[in-house]
Amino acid sequence: MTTTAPPRRRSGRLAGAAVVVRRRLLVAVPVLVATSVGMFALGAASPVDPAKQYAGAAAFTTSEENLAQIRANWGVDDPLPVQYLRWIGNLLRGDLGWSTSRHEPVTSVLAARAGWTLLLIGVTLAVVLLASLLLGALAAYRRGGLFDRGLRAAAYAVESMPVFWIGLAAIAVFALALGWFPAGGLTDVTATGTSWSDVAHHLILPVAVLAISQAPWFLLFVRDAVAESLRDDHVLAARARGLPGRTVLFGHALRTALLPFLTLVGTHLPELVGGAVLVETVFSLPGLGAVTVEAALGSDFPLLAAITLVTTAVVLTANLAADLAYAAADPRVRLDG
Amino acid sequence: MIRLRPTLRRLVVTTAAAGLLALAGCSTPEVPEDSAGGATLVVATAGESDTLNPVLNYGVDGASLIFDGLVARDAGNRLVPGLAAELPTVSPDGRTVTAKLRDGVLFHDGGELTASDVAFTYQAVLDPKVDSTLRSDLDMVESITAPDPATVVFRLRYPYAPFLQRLTLGVVPAKLLTGQDINKAEFNRKPVGTGPYRVESWTPGDRLVLTANERYFGGRPANDRVVVAFVEDDNVRAQRMRAGEFDAAELPPKLAAGFAPDGAYRVEQVPTADYRGVMLPMGNPVLADVAIRRALSLAVDRAAMVAGILGGSGDPAFGPVPPTSEFAEPSIAGKPTADPTAATALLDAAGWTPGPDGVRVKNGRPARFTLMYPASDTLRKDLALAVTADAKKVGIEVAPEGLTWDAIDPRMKSDALLMGYGTPYDPDFVTYKLYHSRFAGQGYFNPGSYRSPVADQALQEGRDQADPARRKAAYATFQKQIAADVPWLFLTYLRHSYVLKSSVQGVSPRVEAHEHGVANSLWWNIDTWTRS
Repeated sequence: MTTTAPPRRRSGRLAGAAVVVRRRLLVAVPVLVATSVGMFALGAASPVDPAKQYAGAAAFTTSEENLAQIRANWGVDDPLPVQYLRWIGNLLRGDLGWSTSRHEPVTSVLAARAGWTLLLIGVTLAVVLLASLLLGALAAYRRGGLFDRGLRAAAYAVESMPVFWIGLAAIAVFALALGWFPAGGLTDVTATGTSWSDVAHHLILPVAVLAISQAPWFLLFVRDAVAESLRDDHVLAARARGLPGRTVLFGHALRTALLPFLTLVGTHLPELVGGAVLVETVFSLPGLGAVTVEAALGSDFPLLAAITLVTTAVVLTANLAADLAYAAADPRVRLDG
Repeated sequence: MIRLRPTLRRLVVTTAAAGLLALAGCSTPEVPEDSAGGATLVVATAGESDTLNPVLNYGVDGASLIFDGLVARDAGNRLVPGLAAELPTVSPDGRTVTAKLRDGVLFHDGGELTASDVAFTYQAVLDPKVDSTLRSDLDMVESITAPDPATVVFRLRYPYAPFLQRLTLGVVPAKLLTGQDINKAEFNRKPVGTGPYRVESWTPGDRLVLTANERYFGGRPANDRVVVAFVEDDNVRAQRMRAGEFDAAELPPKLAAGFAPDGAYRVEQVPTADYRGVMLPMGNPVLADVAIRRALSLAVDRAAMVAGILGGSGDPAFGPVPPTSEFAEPSIAGKPTADPTAATALLDAAGWTPGPDGVRVKNGRPARFTLMYPASDTLRKDLALAVTADAKKVGIEVAPEGLTWDAIDPRMKSDALLMGYGTPYDPDFVTYKLYHSRFAGQGYFNPGSYRSPVADQALQEGRDQADPARRKAAYATFQKQIAADVPWLFLTYLRHSYVLKSSVQGVSPRVEAHEHGVANSLWWNIDTWTRS
């Protein structure tokens, strides 16, 4: 870290990346297996009868033989290990199974829905990160000032509001009173196709609502971390050298504060997903949220298992990416250690 | 700090610019595409089907917009010919039903409808490999044959008077499904029928887009497109209705009432055959006494339940045959309000005397029972609490208990349960299985093991006799027997409420069943709706 040339130093920092990725992959396999076994065990403990769930209101007018026949067709009365091995076998052949609650292959449920949820979460995450870094750093720079106090008060207020409430309030103001945005749906109800501009127009409110509901946590964290690092020796030294305030704030203080933040973004991801489920409901978006609830209520193992596996994989990847980013950002961290 | 100013200024300027851009983007005028005479109608519901295949339970009672059955129902729920040229004929022994098909009916893909399509549809329902819950309703069918391309013959195991009512099931094209696993067929999402609309696209969880079938045998629909928006949450649906997105939406009574004062909307309260009541099991030592059951029926204030819990959107219930049915027996209707005097007199006479804590006692046994309700159903919870309060006034203690169905199922033989059933089409449907002793203790059919030879015989006669007058007499006997035995404490019939834009014309509400979504809702005849 002392006298090495910049290009070599950079490659040196990520030198262990390949090893780390390989090691993480080896850990990921047992984690995913354990998750899926846990899923099946929980499902077995659930007393809900998937055939009755499938029949819906017709369950009350359907004879027991009729329901037993449907259960036999699905093989849901087989012993759990048999069901699990069958599922693993199909999975290895690339077949995620048949969703009993949606009446279509699990892969097509995911294909039709995961994209919208990922789009919602991805755009929101970008907005939240940018906004919280910028606003948090500014608030920390003028700690105790009007902007800082106003921002913190707003953050605490938003933190205490349920996300569906913010969503309904946003619809009431921006869709009903002002008429700027549509109240819900992915496209205009009478639209003939799915155009990007139409979808973008429909996503502004949901993204804004989800971003606002998730922002306080990130914002307060950035503000505190930057405030802390503004008192660090190297930041004081930079200031003493007469560097411009902007350079000190964004180049020195924020950069130091960024490190723990990267890891925490990874761990905060599941909460963002949870918020997305509620936002999808309020804005009637056809994402994964509603089907997940339906799958859980209907003991739809194949769909639940797939969603759980995908979510676990995303969290594992996010953690890995955070660690790699950490190594890239902080010269003291070495991956090959 | 001075050095920070440029940053701040730049930030303010960029934010403002971005805001302006966003505003400009939103204020782009949106020209409705259907300005040429209301060509697209949009309706909203919470009831999305899992599939659009009639074999797998989509729109089995007709009015499915995409399919037609051999018969259909008019605004008064009377049977009229559908794909059949005239109502099918029944042989004198009641076991052979013959239908002649209309000429020249085409499926949406241009294929011609033949008798083999009809036979295929019913055979698919009866195939044990097919996951159809409809099989329970067609257990009287022995065989279906198509002797020639225009004739379908049903052979029944036993005479079944209301069989024609079962022929509303939509007919699917055999050509597109033969040799396929019907449970997993692509057809279930992209169906092809004969109905007034064909499916343009279906985005599950979002919307179903239907376009007019130019060659519909009943005449081309008056509108070009129908969009069914699926909005699960009631409040969200109400807000989007308010925002002007929908021409019609199904909404709970209390949310619908908010639209009534506004001249731009109209609220429809549609009667249903869907009743709520308390199943009183004979296996419970307290409820086994008919005096307790009759006293409960006198003690409950049905009018207060309709006004308070349903917001006026319901009717008092006194039996399992809805008052809108031609088979309803008017003499069984009691007082809609509570009659505690009569209830206490009845209990006194039966030997249930008030105990020290206000709860009546007979032979050392207190008048106390548990009333279960599905915990997630707030309507049933409210009704259970109302029953509890009313029963307390006459000295019967009810312990309401909210449970999940899997916890309820094993206890149905001995604990009371708030249930709901009902169909507007024929008194045999559901009712036979609910009150006939042959089904005692079989799952959700007659879980309280009610046994009455009089009711059994009346139900059987209603099923066997083809003569409408004799059927009416049989169901009158049945209803009187139920009113005397009180195996159920009938509380209310529900009404379905809808909000419509005032400009929508041609709406013709008819008595609805419990299930209402894409099919069988207020928009059962949307192909004749217009916008003024």
